[in-house]
Amino acid sequence: MEKFSHFPTPDISHLNANDYDHVYEPAEDTFLLMDALEKDIEIITMLNPSVSLEVGCGSGIVSTFLAQILKMKVFHICSDVNPKATAVTLRTARQNNVDLNPVLTDLASALLYRCQGNVDILIFNPPYVVTPPVEVGSSGIEASWAGGERGREVMDRFFPQVPLLLSKCGVFYLVVIKENDIDEIQSIMEENGFIMNVVLSRKSGPEHLSVLRFTRKNPFQHAS
Amino acid sequence: MKLLTHNMLTSNIIKGVTKGFPLQIAATDIKVTEVDFNPDFISRMISKVEWPALCEAAESIGHLGDLPKELDPDYEKNEEFLKKAHHVLLEVEIKEGELICPETGRKFPVTNGIPNMLLNEDEVGK
Repeated sequence: MEKFSHFPTPDISHLNANDYDHVYEPAEDTFLLMDALEKDIEIITMLNPSVSLEVGCGSGIVSTFLAQILKMKVFHICSDVNPKATAVTLRTARQNNVDLNPVLTDLASALLYRCQGNVDILIFNPPYVVTPPVEVGSSGIEASWAGGERGREVMDRFFPQVPLLLSKCGVFYLVVIKENDIDEIQSIMEENGFIMNVVLSRKSGPEHLSVLRFTRKNPFQHAS
Repeated sequence: MKLLTHNMLTSNIIKGVTKGFPLQIAATDIKVTEVDFNPDFISRMISKVEWPALCEAAESIGHLGDLPKELDPDYEKNEEFLKKAHHVLLEVEIKEGELICPETGRKFPVTNGIPNMLLNEDEVGK
């Protein structure tokens, strides 16, 4: 596995096949996202972040990793629609001696009003796999991958929440595959006032994965 | 669930609910754990907290202690105050219980310290 991390990957030895029947097992997309966060650690640190929000936290490994690589204390909120995922996230946090705060909610919905303009680091590894639309909308393990048409159905619902949630200088990280149409995602987010950068890309089997970073075009014109 | 997390949750995801904040707490199991005190972090978090809602929540579960209900404008320099805020924000955890929508009475369970804000399809607004 191609890996350049200097920080060790969080300990997930507490999870077994039984957990992975219900919760997404960390895979290439997960590792690419962690590599991207590590690559960007200076950008993230410069924000002097207070709040991070990971939507669709699954096993909790990504937020755990973020908490480990950040030098400052940050309030880490993790959301998922899968009760098994939020429970596992709490176990992963404990196993690695970090503090994560899971909430069962659809995307960021129960957090949207109070977290408005407060999220400095926003992370989403969405269900991006192209599937029949009918497979979207469960709260089981299918929710971790089934993205419906072009793999976009869930992330498209989240894009309008991004400008509300992010603080002025906040950063949003999104995992995508080629089939999701990165150019179109870029233009949607540009209309929302964001600049897109590709942090990392990697080909893994049939998937051409990328981690995208979005920041506000004009951090001082806070859309609220 | 910490009271800091509680301060970030609203039930205005329910159809017809306008504010849905703060959620009332009916706790059956509360745990107090010691957390390392980080004055800089607490100062930054206080600026993001709805102070009256935090005090109301802490008082309703009997853990307000002597935390002032008025936010001292110079709180960043007041270590004694920050320590009290630290305790209420991070050290008091709801393990089991319910969060209650102030407008509809809809109950959201808290299980194993995790609030369940999921709705049935027919409850969702917009």
